[in-house]
Formats: sequence, structure tokens, C-alpha cells
Amino acid sequence: MEPEAPTPTNASAVRRSPFIQPGYTFGSVTDKIGSIVLTRRFGKGWWAGFLLAFSLVLLLMYSMTYLFVKGVGIWGINIPVGWGFAIVNFVWWIGIGHAGTLISAILLLLNQTWRTSINRFAEAMTLFAVACAGLYPVMHLGRPWFAYWLFPYPNVMGVWPQFRSPLMWDVFAVSTYFTVSLLFWFIGLLPDLATLRDRATKRAHKIVYGILAMGWRGSATHWYRYQTAYLLLAGLATPLVISVHTVVSFDFAVGIIPGWHTTIFPPYFVAGAIYSGFAMVLTLAIPLRAAYGLKDFITMRHLDNMAKVMLATGLIVGYGYVIEFFTGWYSDNKYEFFVAMNRLFGPYAPFYWALICCNLIAPQLLWFPKIRRNVVVLFVMSLVVNVGMWLERFVIVVTSLHRDFLPSSWGMYEGTRWDWFIFVGTMGLFVALLFLFIRFLPMISIFEMRELVSETSGHEGGD
Amino acid sequence: MTPLDLAAVRAKLEGKKGKHYWRSLEELADDPRFEEMLHREFPRHASELRPGVDRRAFLKVMGASLAFAGLAGCGVKPEEKIVPYVRQPEGMILGVSQYYATTMTLGGSAIGLLVETHEGRPTKIEGNPKHPASLGATDVFAQASVLELYDPDRSSVVTYLGEIRPWSALLTEIQSAMAEQKGTKGAGLRFLTGTVISPTLAAQMESLLATVPDAKWHQWEAAGTDSVREGSRLAFGRYVGTYYNIEKADVIVSLDADFLTSGAGCLRYAREFSRRRIPDVVGGMTRLYAVESMPTSTGAMADHRLPLRPSEVRGFAAALAAKLGVGVAGSSSSGVEFADWIAAVARDLQMHRGASVVIAGQEQPEEVHALAHAINHALGNDGTTVFHTDSIEARPTNQIASLVDLANDLDAGRVQTLVILGCNPVYDGPADLVFEQKLLKAGRRIHLSSYPDETSALCQWHVPMTHFLESWSDARAYDGTASIVQPLIAPLYGGKSVHELIAAFAGQPEAAGYDIVRTYWKKELGGDFEAAWRRALNDGFISGTQLPAVSVTPLSGPIPAAWGAAAPSEPGKYEIAFRADPAVYDGRFANNAWLEELPKPITRLTWDNAAMVGPNTAQALRLTYTIDSTGGEHGQIHVDRARLEYQGRTLDAATWIVPGLPDGLVVLHLGYGRSRAGKVGDNLGFNANTLRNSAAQWGGAGLRVSKISGSTYTLACVQFHSAIEGRELVRVATLDEYHANPKFAQQMLEEPPPGLTLYPNAHEYNGNAWALSIDLNRCNGCNACVVACQSENNIPVVGKEQVMAGREMHWIRIDRYYEGSGPEALDNPETHFQPVTCMQCEDAPCELVCPVGATNHSAEGLNDMVYNRCVGTRYCSNNCPYKVRRFNFLAYSDWDTPALKMLRNPEVTVRSRGVMEKCTYCIQRITKARIAADKEDRPVRDGEIVTACQQACPSEAIVFGNKNDSASRVAALKANPRNYGMLAELGVRPRTTYLAAVRNPNPELEKGGGHGA
Repeated sequence: MEPEAPTPTNASAVRRSPFIQPGYTFGSVTDKIGSIVLTRRFGKGWWAGFLLAFSLVLLLMYSMTYLFVKGVGIWGINIPVGWGFAIVNFVWWIGIGHAGTLISAILLLLNQTWRTSINRFAEAMTLFAVACAGLYPVMHLGRPWFAYWLFPYPNVMGVWPQFRSPLMWDVFAVSTYFTVSLLFWFIGLLPDLATLRDRATKRAHKIVYGILAMGWRGSATHWYRYQTAYLLLAGLATPLVISVHTVVSFDFAVGIIPGWHTTIFPPYFVAGAIYSGFAMVLTLAIPLRAAYGLKDFITMRHLDNMAKVMLATGLIVGYGYVIEFFTGWYSDNKYEFFVAMNRLFGPYAPFYWALICCNLIAPQLLWFPKIRRNVVVLFVMSLVVNVGMWLERFVIVVTSLHRDFLPSSWGMYEGTRWDWFIFVGTMGLFVALLFLFIRFLPMISIFEMRELVSETSGHEGGD
Repeated sequence: MTPLDLAAVRAKLEGKKGKHYWRSLEELADDPRFEEMLHREFPRHASELRPGVDRRAFLKVMGASLAFAGLAGCGVKPEEKIVPYVRQPEGMILGVSQYYATTMTLGGSAIGLLVETHEGRPTKIEGNPKHPASLGATDVFAQASVLELYDPDRSSVVTYLGEIRPWSALLTEIQSAMAEQKGTKGAGLRFLTGTVISPTLAAQMESLLATVPDAKWHQWEAAGTDSVREGSRLAFGRYVGTYYNIEKADVIVSLDADFLTSGAGCLRYAREFSRRRIPDVVGGMTRLYAVESMPTSTGAMADHRLPLRPSEVRGFAAALAAKLGVGVAGSSSSGVEFADWIAAVARDLQMHRGASVVIAGQEQPEEVHALAHAINHALGNDGTTVFHTDSIEARPTNQIASLVDLANDLDAGRVQTLVILGCNPVYDGPADLVFEQKLLKAGRRIHLSSYPDETSALCQWHVPMTHFLESWSDARAYDGTASIVQPLIAPLYGGKSVHELIAAFAGQPEAAGYDIVRTYWKKELGGDFEAAWRRALNDGFISGTQLPAVSVTPLSGPIPAAWGAAAPSEPGKYEIAFRADPAVYDGRFANNAWLEELPKPITRLTWDNAAMVGPNTAQALRLTYTIDSTGGEHGQIHVDRARLEYQGRTLDAATWIVPGLPDGLVVLHLGYGRSRAGKVGDNLGFNANTLRNSAAQWGGAGLRVSKISGSTYTLACVQFHSAIEGRELVRVATLDEYHANPKFAQQMLEEPPPGLTLYPNAHEYNGNAWALSIDLNRCNGCNACVVACQSENNIPVVGKEQVMAGREMHWIRIDRYYEGSGPEALDNPETHFQPVTCMQCEDAPCELVCPVGATNHSAEGLNDMVYNRCVGTRYCSNNCPYKVRRFNFLAYSDWDTPALKMLRNPEVTVRSRGVMEKCTYCIQRITKARIAADKEDRPVRDGEIVTACQQACPSEAIVFGNKNDSASRVAALKANPRNYGMLAELGVRPRTTYLAAVRNPNPELEKGGGHGA
């Protein structure tokens, strides 16, 4: 491990502290990040983590096979609760997938240089989360082998998807989001891939990174075009950050089920997504910076900033909760009001109160700078928020459906072991992909860190 | 080979039985050990035991039944017609269904049916509109009988000690038995049948018994009508049959009688009753008082319902009779606590002399029936609303005495040969007779039955019995009208009818059922027999055969009643009542999955029975329940078990709390706990017969109940939530309120005006606009529509586990809500039934959310489901405010069992897994009528299309039609002030609308708090 600079503790020091600890040169930054990929041995910790995650991937494969053979009846869904874990998890993963692009695109456009050291793995996290999310819509179909019918492809039957359906919009929103995120991530990787290619000593590395670098030579023209493309993509990605979860929220808001049919859903979902996305970035960044000695690059100031974003979005989400109840009462709609009361006091009330604790009460601790700077507390907090956001989706999906208009049809829903296997399996997939990512690609943008070094040296006078 | 070995094999196979009906139908046949044993023991016959039908047999059956279809009634032996047509029979068009009349009997009642066949396969049962007991309607048993026909569990071979024997071997046995008995005039010969209402069988039995005069003929029905029979003898000195004209009755009093949904003539009564339940009907609305123990459909329809224990009903009847001046010996003062009630009812009855009727339930003792007869007579109802005829039964018998007699004879060793025809006394005989032991004392036991059941297991000879859809017979309806039971298909699994077996005893071993029945009627009808016979087959009944009304007067003097006062409620002791199950009856339908999965009216339980108690009793016994978080109140409820101890016998049963069930009473339905019903019906629920005894068939006092702590049982209940949560789903008013404001239902909630939508011209309906109207005032929750829909639309059965997960598939369901306030509400709530079909919304929330456009709006206003296009997102179901959509979460339809393929309606797709489905308004019937109309270049006529639910409904509660046709019935009903749309305030514009219920309470009783005492 590299020697660490003393961590600033008081608030003003954190605020003024640079986004990269002083003392780094272009070369040492490149070494430090690149070596993780090129020279560092696969440690026991990595193997243990990867194999654990991979065994969950195997569980996912097994469960999916069983699911496709038997049908979605192996899950706990029923009439009236036609959607269960699959949709809850889908929304949850999509939400997590929000932070990456937000950090990359929006913060880039806003010239927030602190994003540099976290954007790469946040983007990777986005891709993996969206990949996990993307599995669910296919899995949850009664006849998944016809999933392609959701795409508007020309066919002899002349049959098109039904464009009024929010699920249809979902297909477009999520696939567009995934594509743009992937492009954005890959283009951002190009200069670093070239760096790795140039520094690689093994033949395999040279070939693979050579192909992936797509002939990047670092000429001024390259850089010029790169900058243009990156900015353009950032511009493209920005509205997508807003749109994708807006569209996901339409799945519910367009429905007429009380508890779903709410106009506040789009902003509330987007805020929730950013909230959970930042929580997940924290969940990943805190162990990573410790394990790979990146505390100089992912500094306390980063963690502090992310905690602030969480606090802000958490408050927006809390506002959403309050407004839902206000609307339920103010609308004088007995079904809406019933749903609100049912959430508070019905059979799923423990879920609701747990969600309030996780999402609304616990994050209030982030008002205190001391808490924001306590890495352990911050880590726990990020987990709590992730649990809370999962509960929120569960509450929205299940408690709205389980008691809707006709009391004769009221029922309950509970995940079966297959629901859980698949949920845990996608977590395994997510983590396994991350493990592969941190070992095979630079998890922090090398060239942007080098820019940061030059900027920092400029400001600080350099050394 | 001893029977014990086979029993061991059977025992091994029993593990496979249970609820996985559709997945494991072939497991029995595929068990290698069983097959091996068969081949080892009976190399030549092994193939005969295959369930289902192989190709050759199928062709044989097809050919044969096609011959039948073409030459209905010509009696050609099916075996000789195994070649497919060279020339197509006249009137037979492939793909066009044909209808034949036949008759179904159950207990002592008969219903005339029209059965739809496709290329010779019966697929759907309908009522025969001309038959007096049907009037076009059917009950659940008739609807489900077609599934039993194809049931692969039915027995298919004659066996002796479990070994397959040819029919000739049995004939030899019968001949030797008869030869033995000739010397003793049949003193050692016994026949046991159910209630016989077949004139042919009666004649056969009489002539057979003439040759062996000392032989005895016993009758036994587990859910029999002994007290009805004995009540008539008590009242009139002889057995008479009684039926009612409910339509002429202004005031009806039910003394624990569920006359609307059970017993002979119930379909007719339901129709007649419903016709008088229209608020504006000429002659005024009828008023129904129901005194009852187990809450039933009749009680739910009542304007006033008084929950009493069965023993209290006796006292009530006596007090009512006394009030009306009918003498009762030793009339006790019991019933005083309902004095107001009795006074009001008596006044009401007296004000409607000659236009009222008092009906006693078959579970009530004979004295109550005698009292009812006396009251009806005193009120001058005889001849206007009450009619007496000679009994329609052959040899009306006190059946319990008859069975006891048989048991005693068996015990004394006086029986050498016992022939059991279609009964299952080992299962359903009272426990105190220990029939299973006494039976074995008969030297030769021959059992004719559809299934290898509990009794078959203890008889040496088992003979498969033909289903009524595959055999010739006849029957008398409640009023004596005779009709022919006409087969629609050659016996699928072989088998003999009762007539053929009796003929074998009478020395006519080769007589075919057709000839036996025909010969009988040739004698009876005389004249131009061929024409009369053809007419009888065509019409489904023989006109002019109803029995003439007989004039009987109650014996003078007080009813010689052996009154016990109402059973005193000793502390710690309860009263028990047994009732026939609304779904599986006395257990004979236990292997019928449609009926097992049918949510019972009131309790909405499926796949089980339970010891039912009222809320106070449950509280006293500390009986509780928990709702599981899988399925929840729409799925599974964990209930406590209780130990029932009655007269020295015990039964551990699940408990179920039923609001409106009187305190201190436990009700247990018959028909469950069977050990040899078949793969579907084995080991479901709890066997009430183990507590029954011959002295008190329908229960009595002295039951001890104790909660078994820590022991729970899971029941599958499709609707546990009973409160309507203050929502205006069911709209009810009293007659006075209705007269004050006929539009009360429409004014309860504001419906958005038609134009209030973002897409005002989304759909225009210039042609037909199909719509349904459901009259909540008429629906009595009998469930016939549910099974009819299941049969018509190839709806799969899912099994108890899937019902518990909240996934039952019925396209039409009957929601049941309780209503009432105050402390009494739980003890005597008002019960409302609400059949819910797809509403076919004009602005349907389901349509716009489907990503692949699998559910679309048709030009005629239906939400069409395109199964082929459905990918199964279930979004439509989530967005359906009525939750009428049903999803194939797993592969529910049985795609493999050959016999069940023959059952399917070829006009309806069999859905695969992962596909959403729902009520289509029977679109196949709509299309058929539209094509017919188009060919004739005319519009579809009103009434030309009848949905399956509408057709089955005895109460005419459901009306389908074109609402754009202002002359149609449905348009008239939509214009009725009572018409309202459920959840119409959402702006979905449902095409199914309801007519609000109007009750006709007695103002005298109203002030006491409405429904209750």
C-alpha cells in the first residue's frame, strides 16, 4: 500500500482539500491505476470474492433455467398481485443504474471535476446494474421466448407493439439508456485502453487492449474528436438520466390502481433513483478505495459530496412520501385514502415503516459533517438506503395491488425461494461483473486523473 | 393372487393421489410395478386397464357415437358400428354441434338436460327448457357431470377379488346365486339401491322380486329425504310427494330449507322465486322468511333471516303452528324468545292465505314436515301453492330403517348374496352400523359403481357402472313427469347400467338397456308407440306423465309429536348438524375436480370441508385463524383444528368461522375424507360419516368440541375478506326506499358523463354492442354459472395448492359480501352475492397497457384476448379494477390425458402457460350466431345468443344482448332505474352492469334492526 496522506477531518479542510492528494505526477498516477490491471497478482481476497459472486451467478443460471422450464408460477405472484420481485428488482436495479450516468454526464456538463475519480466505476456499475435490471423484464414474461415481440421489428404479420403501453416505452427507455451508457463508458475508456496497451508487457494484454483501444494514438486530432464526442454523448445522456426512470415510473403512474395512479411519480422516481444510485456508489467506493489503496484518489471530499447528494435526494423522496399521503387525503378519493392507510397500518405496515426508517429517518444523520466523514457510518448508511429503496419499490408494487378496488379480490403476496434465488443471483452477477471489471479495466480514469494532477499542480503551485 | 396383494399395490399407488390432478393423471397407469404385476398376472388383459382411450378405442367410440348421433334412439348396438362413415348421416355436419335430450338424476330428483355434442362427443350440459324441473337451467352437479363421464379414474373392468374377469364369469356367478336362492325364495338375497325414481327400474325390481319373494330391496341415500317422506306419512297417513308453486306465493317461510339451491325441483323454485323478486312485478314482490342453521343461499336471499340451531327450528315451527291455530301435541313454550318474529310471520301468513307457503328442510325431523303440511293446509295453500301427488319414488322407504335392517340381517348371517347398485354404504353409511364389518358377513357381494370405491374394495365382484350420458334409463321429475335418459356416447370404459345388471338377475343376461327401457315404455305408452317414443326422446320428457294431484287432508287431531324441547345448551356441549355438501353432495362427486375447486356459496371454500362454527362459538372455543402472506385472504387461511366428540366417536377436523351460523352449533358437510374416490378426491377434508349415527342422521345435541392446540390446517378459500369496506359495489335498498326513489342505485355515486375523456371518439359502436345485465335481486349464488363457464370455455382446474397461492382460474366468480352494523352484525349479517364477469369496459384500462396489443377492443365493444399474441406481462390484470383476468402461471391445462381431450369444447382455445385469459362473453357463441345471421342477411336476433352463464342460471339473473338494439331485453334492463355500473365512477364504462337489489322486509320486523330478529 502507498503511504496515505493524513485525512483532513474538519469541515473546512475537507471542503478545501483537493480531489487528489498532492504528490502525484503523471507517471505515478498512471502507475498506480494501471498496475492494478497489468501487474498486480490476483489476490486471495479477489478470488474469494469473485468465486462467491460467481456461485451466486450459477444459482441465477439454475433458477432461470427452472423458471423458463416451469413458468412464472414458481414465484409468489398471483391474482391480484401480478407483479412481485421481478418488477421490484427491475426498478431497484434501474435506480441503482442512475448514478453512473448522472455522475459522468451531468457532473461533466456542470464542470464538477470531483467526478473524475469516481465516474469510471460508477459508469461500470451503471452498466452492470442495468444489465441485471434488463434480465427481469424477460424473466417475468409468461412466455419469455416471445420477448422480442416487444420490439418494433418489421414482420410479415404486420403486427406492431402497442405504443400506448408504458411497458413498451420501458423497452425503448431502458435499451436506449443502456446503449448510450455503454458508448459513453467505452469512449471514455479509449485513451486508458491505449495507455494499458502501451504499458502492457504480456502478449495477451497487448492484443486485447490493442484491439479495444481501436487505434488510439493520442494525437491532437484524436483528442479533439474525443472531446467533441464525449461532450455530445454527455449531452445525450443527460436527458436519458431523467427520462429512463420517468418512464419506469409511468409503468405505475399510467395504471389506474390507487397507489400507482399518481402524477408525482416521475420526479419522485428520478430522485429516488439518484438517491439509491449514489448509495450504491458509496457502497462500492468505500471498500474499493481501501482494498486497492485509492484513498488518495477517492478522497474524503468525494465521499462528503456524495453524502450531500444523498441527503438532498433523500429529502426529495421524503417529500414524495408526504405528498402521497396528502393527496390521498386531500383528493377525498376513498380508494386512494384506503391505500395510504393500508400502507401505514395494513398487513405490509412493517415494510412501510422499515422503509420510512431507512429512507427518511436514517439519512437525516447526514446533516452532521462528522457522520459524513465517518467512513464506516457512511458505508452502513449506504447499505441502509439501498435496503430502503428496495422496500420502497416493494411497497409501491405490492401494497397497491394487494388491496385495490374490490375487497373480494384482496390477497397477499410473498416471495418464494425462487424469487429470492433470482434476486440474490442478480446481485451475484452484479458483483461478479464488478470483480472482473476492477481487474481487467482501469477503475479510475487515468487520463482524467492526469488532467486533475496538472490542474491541481497549477492551483497549488505544483511540485 | 389374493386380494391382499392387490390392496398392497393399491396402497402403494395411493401415495400418488391427491391434489395434483392435472399433472399426475397418468401416473397410475405408468407405475412400472403395477404394469408388471398386470402383465404377470393377466397377460391378455393388461391393455384393458389403460386409463384414457387409445387410438383404436377412440375410433371405435367415435364411430359408434357418431352412429348414435345420426340414428339417435334406434338402438343400434355400438359395437357393430366401428367403421367411419361412408355416407355422412343426415343432419350431421362436421364442426356443427348437435343437441340431444337426456336426464340426470341425483338422489331422488331428476333434471331434464340438453347435451351438446361435437362429432359424437358430449362436451357441454344445458338444461332442457321444456322439462319442468329444469326450465332450461342446470345445477352445478349437472354441469360438472360431463367431466365425470371422461374421468380416467372411472373403473373399466369387471373384477373378482381384484382380478379382471369377463362379463360372462359374472353372469355365471349370478346364475348360480339365483339358483341357490330359488329354493329359499330369495331369503338370502338383498339388493341395495339409492332412491329409485326410474319407472323401468321399479318395474324390473318388482318383477324380479316376484320371482324371489323373500328377497329384500333396501334403499339408501346418505343425503336422503327420510324426514320428508316420513313427515308426509305423519301428516297424511301415507307417503305423498309434495311440490310447490313458488311464483304464486306472496309469503314464503323456510324452516331450515334451502329450497332455492338444493333438493328436487330447486331449479324451478329458484326461477319462480326470482320472477317474483322484481320490485315492479305484477302481484308485488314476494317476501321470504328464512329460519335456518347453516347459512345458505336461501337464507341470503331472505328478507328476514333468523339463525336458529336445528333443534330450535322444531320449537319455532311448533310455536308458529300454534299461532296459526294448528294443533300441536305437547307444544312447548320454546320459541318465546322469537315471539315478535313468530307473531309477525304468522300475521303475514294469515294475510296471504292461499298465497303463502311454508317449506321444511329435508334435514329437519318429520314432525316439522308434518307441521309445515298442517300449516299449509290451514292457510288454504293446498292446491294453490302446494301440491301433493303420489310419491314419485318406487317403493318409498324409510331408508335409514331400511339400511339398519340390512345391517342387522348381515350381522345375523341371513344374507348370502348382496347386490349393491351404485351405493357406497361403506363410506357413507352411519358410523354406528359399522357397515364395513357387517358387509363382509354376506357370502357373495356384488357391487356396481362408477369408481372402484370404498365399498368395491370390500366386495368380491366389482362391476363398472355406465355414466348416465352413456346408458339408457328413465326417471321421474319432482312432479312425476317422466323422461328418458338417452345415451350420447357408447360406454367409454365399458360398464353396465343398473338395468342390465338387474336384467341379468332376472334371467335376461343379454338384455340391453335400450331394449329394457323401450319395452317398458312400449307397454306404458301404447298407441303409436314409435311416434311417441321419438317424441319423448326429442322433447326430453314424456308429456302428460306428471302425476295427478291427490287431495289429502292432514290427519285430524294434533300432530303426534315426540317433542323434545330445543336441545338445552349444556355448558361445554354443542349441537352438531350434518349437511350435504354444496359442491360434492354426499361424496359421489368427490373425484370431480370442477366441483372440488368450486368455491362453495357462503364459505367460498374449495377442496375441503370444515367444522363450521358461528363467531361466538369460535370465541368460546378460542378458535382462531391466521391469513398466510402467500395468497392471503384470496388464497389460504390457516385455521385451528378441533376435536369433535359425538356419541363416543371422534373426528379431528379443521374449523371455519361462518358469520350468521347460530351459537352452539357445529355444521359439517358430507362428502369428504374419502379414501377411495380417485386421484382427485382422495383424502380431502374430513369424513363427517364417522360421526353420523342411524338414530340421528342429521345430527343432534351432545357434541363436545375442543380446540386441538398447536394443530392447524390450511384451507383454500378464494375470498376471505367479506366486508365491502363502505364501497358502493353492491347496492341495496328496501322496497319502500325503492318506491320513494327508484334511481337510488344510480344516485349513490356519480358516474362521469360519457364525453369526459381525453379520447372522446376512441370507439364508436354502430353495429352490435354486446352487453350483460346481472340482477342482484335474482342471483342466489348457486354457482351453476361458474361450472357452466368452466365447461364451456375449457377452463383448467389448478388444484388446492394453486388456489392457496391465489391463482384459481374461474372466469366468472360470485363475490360474497356481508353487511350489517351493530353487535348483531356478525351473528346475523346480510349476505349479498355478486357475480362478476369481465366488464368488457368501453374504455378498458387493460387494453392500453398491454405492450404487445394482445388484448384489443372489438368493433362490437368486447375486450378480445388474443392468446397467440400474449406474452404474459400480467400488466392488464394489474390494471383491471375488477380483477377478472386469470393467468396461466404454470401449465394448468392438461394437454396429455386423451380422455380429457374429448371433453374440450373445440370452439375454444386451450390456453398454454404464460397466457392471460378472461371472460369473453362466450365469443364463440356470439360468432356462431353472427355467422348464422350473416348467412341469412339479417341482424342477430335478441335472445339468439345466450352466454353459458346465462343459460345455466336458474334465476334468470343474467341477460346478454345487444344494447344498441332498443328492443332487446338487455337494453330494457339497462334503462331500468335500478341499473348501475360497478366502479363506473372510474370512467371505464363497463358493459356488464348490475340491477340493484331490493329487499322486501316486513315493516313490523324492520324496526328491530333489519335483517335479524
